[in-house]
Formats: sequence, structure tokens, C-alpha cells
Amino acid sequence: MGKFAQLLQDVLRLCTKYFPIYFSGMKNTVLLALIGTVLGCMIGFVCGVLNAVPYDPKDPLRKRILIKVMRAVIRAYVELFRGTPMVLQAVFIYYALPYFTDGAARFNSVWAASILVVSVNTGAYMTESVRGGIISVDPGQVEGAMAIGLTHVQAMMYVILPQALRNILPQIGNNYIINLQDTSVMFMISFTDFFAAHRGVVGATYLYFPSAVIEMTGYLTMTLISSFLLRRLEQRLEGSSSFELAVADPLTLTSGVYRNPASGELFGERSRDFIGKE
Amino acid sequence: MDKEPILEVRHLSKTFGTNPVLKDIDFDICTGDVISIIGPSGSGKSTLLRCINLLEIPTAGSILFRGKDITDLGKDVFSYRAKVGMVFQSFNLFDNLSVMDNCTLGQVRVLHRDREEAEEYALQILSRVGMAPYCNARPRQLSGGQKQRVAIARAMALDPEVILFDEPTSALDPELVGEVLDVMRDLAEQGMTMAVVTHEMAFARQVSSRVVFMDEGVIMEEGAPDELFTDPKNDRTREFLGRYLSR
Repeated sequence: MGKFAQLLQDVLRLCTKYFPIYFSGMKNTVLLALIGTVLGCMIGFVCGVLNAVPYDPKDPLRKRILIKVMRAVIRAYVELFRGTPMVLQAVFIYYALPYFTDGAARFNSVWAASILVVSVNTGAYMTESVRGGIISVDPGQVEGAMAIGLTHVQAMMYVILPQALRNILPQIGNNYIINLQDTSVMFMISFTDFFAAHRGVVGATYLYFPSAVIEMTGYLTMTLISSFLLRRLEQRLEGSSSFELAVADPLTLTSGVYRNPASGELFGERSRDFIGKE
Repeated sequence: MDKEPILEVRHLSKTFGTNPVLKDIDFDICTGDVISIIGPSGSGKSTLLRCINLLEIPTAGSILFRGKDITDLGKDVFSYRAKVGMVFQSFNLFDNLSVMDNCTLGQVRVLHRDREEAEEYALQILSRVGMAPYCNARPRQLSGGQKQRVAIARAMALDPEVILFDEPTSALDPELVGEVLDVMRDLAEQGMTMAVVTHEMAFARQVSSRVVFMDEGVIMEEGAPDELFTDPKNDRTREFLGRYLSR
């Protein structure tokens, strides 16, 4: 028990003394993950939608080539950024500029570099999620949209994407929670996130384990709160499970349940009854 | 023959891969016609309707709408589709929109009506199919019969010149079939031009002005319902209808 008492004491001491460092680290982590995920989603939606642009053999050659090149570029982007670790992407992007320009150009802000890396990385994953989300929408929905005369873009905007968004919301949540944790690799380009706070504090105090306990608790708190909020958002998008009958509307008084007076009971039943009686 | 043809199908063929589904179909729809298209499954009935609405591109032949060939409409294909309503077997209502929005989307985006005007009109049409009280509901909260009535309202809201029904009652249980057929019957009596692919022989016989029997991608026989149901000329028609007539 003595060890636990000591741990508690150490944790409390670190917390009180280094609270501003931990807190600002946490704030940066949340902010970076949030911005990165939102921008990543935008990239994903744009790429996913561009990927879904249809073409048929009758289209002019120029259009077909354009669409094929576009798909190839998006494919290459997805494979490249999904296929390499984010920590390397960060280093790669951050040091490439000064290397090629002999130090003349560099990222002035670590924030800009970090946001770029996280959102481009998330975008690669989201592109595939959006593609899946679009595929999973019932093809009948597209036909329904075409049948009332909507263009491909209109069908996407008003019918397909809203449904695709609902389908991939759990994926977006997943990405956000992964980003909350994985942004910790940004310490490589000296981004001061929650994990960097740990490294800073440990460097000064050598209290590795107590600080790790704080980190664990901190990350878990952030992800649990996020999970909760994401579920609420999903429920909201799902819409209420009940609806109100618009009985107050004057038009409905004349309608009620429809029955054609001329048809009688005969027609409400199965067709063979009718033939039989004739 | 004083009726004006809305749609003229000429030598229409459609093949999927090497599989011919429609072979040299000739077929007219005139103002006020209620045409029932009957026949066994896989005979090309649905494909014919889908070609007319350009959901499938015909392989050969032409389809004239008011004298203009629809296969080379270019950008006008969207306004053409709005003039030819379609009701599907699986309803295909927009799941993300309320009943009201399902009926206004096309009016606002394709016909460019004001939202207010569109909503008022949608409500009128919805009350004709008995669905106005459900205008705030989402499609998944409705029964199959209710969904199909909303789908009919969605097509009607665009003031189409003809409505194509692709087996509108085939996905419904027997108790719900009646309410959808009642709505269609009412439409027919009010002079709506309709082409209905159906297995409801009573409906075909009682409501339609002309019945078309299709098999293996060919129109085998076509004629007035009383003639076709009591005295079919074609052997295949007699065989097909035998099951219905013997009862």
C-alpha cells in the first residue's frame, strides 16, 4: 500500500506543479486532432466524391482520360499516405523544404506543418471510408433521384452524400480518436502536445512512472468524452424515432385513410376474387 | 385513332452483354392511355420501362417523346425524366428526407418552383393519396403500402405527362396491395396516362385501356383487356393467362 500512497503523492505533486504544461499539451492535442480530422474529412469527401464520378464509353475521350487520370492520382495519394507511418511523413515534410532550398524556406510554424501532416494523412483514410460510404448507399436511391430528373451532382448533394455521411460517421469518430493518440508522434517536429508535456516534465523531474499515469488518465479522459459526444451526434443524425401526424392541417380532414368509393371492398382484396366473381 | 401519341417506341432493342432482353419492340403510349404490361418474369417488361425513362440506354431503335428522339437529348434528359414519372417496385424513396421533402426535392431542383409553392402542391398531392398526415415522417417509419403511395405522390408532384409503374405492388403483402391499387385506379379515372408493369390481373383487366403481353423480349399480343383476357389469340398468351382464367 505504501507504494500506492507514494504514487498518489507524486502524481499530485506533478499535477499541481506542472499543471499549465500538461493542460496546454492537452489543449494542443485536442485542437490538432480536431482540426486535422475536420480538414481530413473534407479532403476525404472531395477525393471520395471525385472518385465516384461516373463515365460511360460514350463520353468524349477527353472526359474519359481526365476521369481516369484523376482516379489514378487519388489512388496514388491514398496508397502513399496510408502506406507510410505518420511520424515519417511529418519528418519528411518538415525537413524537405529547408533541405531543397538550403534553409531559405521552412515551415515557420510547427502548427502549420502538424496540421498539414495530420489532415493529409487522415484524408487518405477518409477517402476510402467515403468511397465505402457511397457504395453502401442503396443503388435504388440513385435511380429514384435520376427518375425525378436530378443531375449526378444534385443526386450526390441531396440524396447520396447525406446518407453516406450517416454511414461513415462511426468511421469519422474512429479517425478522430485515433488522431487524439497518434498526434503524439508530432513531438518529432517539436510540436508541444500532451505527450511532449510528459517528455518535458520527465526531463526535469525523472518521475517517469507517475507522469505516465497522468498521461494515461489524460488520454483516456479525452477519448471517453469524445466517444460520448460522437454517440450523441450519431443519435441526432439518426433523427427521432417517432413523428407527429400533421392532423392540424386543414387539407388532411378531407383525406384521412384513402379509399376509392367506386372500388368498394372488392378491389381491396386479392385480384383473383374479382376474376372469380366475374 | 384521334389520340395524340406521347411516346412512340420504334424497333427498340436492348442487350445486356450477349443476352438480348428486348427484341425489336414497337409500342405507343397515347394521352389518357392506361396500359398494363403483363408477362412472365424475365420477359423484358421492366427493361422496357427503364429504357423509356433512360435508366437503361437502348442498344438500338428509337424512342420518340412528342416526336423528339430521347436517346440524343443531351442536357435535356433531366427535364425529360421529370416529365416521365417512375414508380419502382422497391419504392426508392429518399431515406434521408421526410415525406414532404421527398415530394418537393424534384419540384424545387428540377422544375425550379419556390419552396412554399412546392410544399403547398406536395400537400395537395399527398392528400390525394391519403398521405398528407404523414408529411413529417421519414420513409423508414412507413409501411410498404404507405411508401408506395408517397412514391406515387413524388412522381405526380412533377406534373408528369405519363407515369411508368414498375411492378408497384410486387413488394407488398396482399393486405397492402389494395391501398396502392386504389390510388392508381383513382389516377387512371382522372385521366392520367399510365404504363403499368404488373402481375395484378384484376387491375390489368378492370382499369387499363390496353393490355400488352410480353414474353422473351417480344410483344406477343396486345389489345383491349376484355378481348385479351377472354379470347387471347396467341397460344403463349393463353397459356400464361390460363392460370388466372381457370379460377
